Amino acid sequence: MTTPEAASPLPLEGATPADRRSRIRGVCLVALAIAAITGGCAMPQPWVKPHERERLADPIMQWQGDLLAAKNSQHVRDIREGARGANGVQGGGCGCK
Amino acid sequence: MTMDSTSTERRTLLAMALLAAASAAGASVSPRSQAPDFTLRQIDGPNLRLTEQRGRVVMVNFWATWCGPCRIELPHLSRLHEKYRGSGFLMLGVNIDEDPAQAKALVAKLGLKFPVLLDTDKRVVGAYDLNAMPATVLIDKDGRARHVHRGYREGVEQTYEQQLRDLLKE
Amino acid sequence: MAASRLLARWLKAIGGLLGGTLGVTAQAAPLPPDRAEAMYHRYQGGGLTSDGPAFLVRKSLADKVSLTGQLYVDAVSNASVDVVTTASPYKERRTEFNLGLDYAVRDSNITLGYAASKEPDYRADAFSVDVAQETFGGMTTVNLGFTRGADKVGQKTLGFFDEAKHWQYRLGVTQILTPKWLASANLEAISDTGYLGNPYRAARAFGALIPETVPRTRSSRALNLRVIGDLGARDALRGSYRYFWDNWQVKAHTIEGGYSRYIGESFLLDGFLRYYKQDKASFYSDDAQSQNLYVTRNRQLGTYNGTTAGGKVTYSYRKVPGQYEIKFNGALEVLRYQYSDYSDLRTGLPYRLNATILQLYVTANY
Repeated sequence: MTTPEAASPLPLEGATPADRRSRIRGVCLVALAIAAITGGCAMPQPWVKPHERERLADPIMQWQGDLLAAKNSQHVRDIREGARGANGVQGGGCGCK
Repeated sequence: MTMDSTSTERRTLLAMALLAAASAAGASVSPRSQAPDFTLRQIDGPNLRLTEQRGRVVMVNFWATWCGPCRIELPHLSRLHEKYRGSGFLMLGVNIDEDPAQAKALVAKLGLKFPVLLDTDKRVVGAYDLNAMPATVLIDKDGRARHVHRGYREGVEQTYEQQLRDLLKE
Repeated sequence: MAASRLLARWLKAIGGLLGGTLGVTAQAAPLPPDRAEAMYHRYQGGGLTSDGPAFLVRKSLADKVSLTGQLYVDAVSNASVDVVTTASPYKERRTEFNLGLDYAVRDSNITLGYAASKEPDYRADAFSVDVAQETFGGMTTVNLGFTRGADKVGQKTLGFFDEAKHWQYRLGVTQILTPKWLASANLEAISDTGYLGNPYRAARAFGALIPETVPRTRSSRALNLRVIGDLGARDALRGSYRYFWDNWQVKAHTIEGGYSRYIGESFLLDGFLRYYKQDKASFYSDDAQSQNLYVTRNRQLGTYNGTTAGGKVTYSYRKVPGQYEIKFNGALEVLRYQYSDYSDLRTGLPYRLNATILQLYVTANY
């Protein structure tokens, strides 16, 4: 950009060197514009703001019900079913029969 | 010709750099900008407008009954209000509960001494766009937002106190 | 004092490593709310009754850590069909004790847990670590967990004769979809080694009862997909699907759907339906007709399906918002398991198990 006589990196066709220079500058400016605008939104912004999460804070929006009841139900199932895991009930493995 | 296009270029580049910086910043409230004005109804009374509080240091705290850290913070804010209101400080709580009755009950239970405003349709909290709950903005006597706090951590009320004292001295 | 400061610094370092990625907002992930629960539970089914109390207390200290203690007692007062048909009836009591520590560091929540379960002929200890990390402005929570368990296996007349070890690895993501909908995916891999059978259970081959032989290792995976949403009328709908598979060739599908609704100022109703379908382990057989290295008649590893319907009523006895809330709860689950390849030795027909679970409990948030 500083040396007007620098070789063009792009095979631009232009009637005169001045035309080519201004075209190069135009392309570079457009590229910078895109970078500037998208630089601020390279990632999607969180679309549910913290002040919009009132419904999600309600206890009925929990997967598991109350702790002891969930643990009890899960224990009954663990004894009688062959599948185990990924059910979200915390409290370490019981490992009991 | 070349000189003109170069300076135009430079101005365009500067404008784009600022645009990039602005889009990256995110928040609508940046330090030293005018705090967005609002008029909201108080829990127990008339409307209150922010710009009418010029001349006082104002702390605006956005909170909700369903937000645990908010509930922990509120008594600290009440204490700061009581301590510095005589020196020209005003604490404003902005509640964003869908059901204002819940907010009223909590204010009564905690015995909060500062005005609590209702932003039920969440327009003011959206305008401030602080992306956190609770969110606190310290506004100086000229209505400029000087400090922004996102979330609540135990002990941050001491920082609040230090910052509001500095603003009161200005 | 110095030790706790060192621990705090160490935990802060972990939290820093996991610290918020996009830097949109570094919020403190709140500690779980203080809570106390007391429950009476009773299971009745297949001739077996087991009931007992359970207690839970959770308290946060200095707004930095939250401690949880649980006690769970299960007293079996009758015998299951295995025991009735192939062994002698017994009375026995299981006691389980759990301790949990929650620590919040910026956007992360770290939970350490210890569980100890004691029966006259089985002891189990497990230590677990779980980390919940909020990212993407708090819209996405990533969960990592690990549990290490060690058991001592015993038999009434032999005493403690063998051991079992377990490793559980958990990975999960919870994503806020809209202000009213959440979705999550959880994966858990479990590895076991040691004595994984049951010293009381007999297998059957060529019509005769023989001791069961079960592999000494097991490796399983489970993937659970869940969605829950607020429907706008003070109610919520939830659904989940879990697929389980392991190296014993057990495959299982679990589908569950539930609905909760507030009624008036004080009541909450909840109902759910659950369907479970399993394909048997490769070495499972009701009556083995060939000689194999492994053989088991443990109906838990057979081919069957199970349907559960449950309902719960919660009465909010006293509520002071932001201070405390006391609730009375009653829940009933009705279970029905139908086994394709397990026969009731008393009748020769495929076994059916009908059972109920009753849970009566009080909860207090304070």
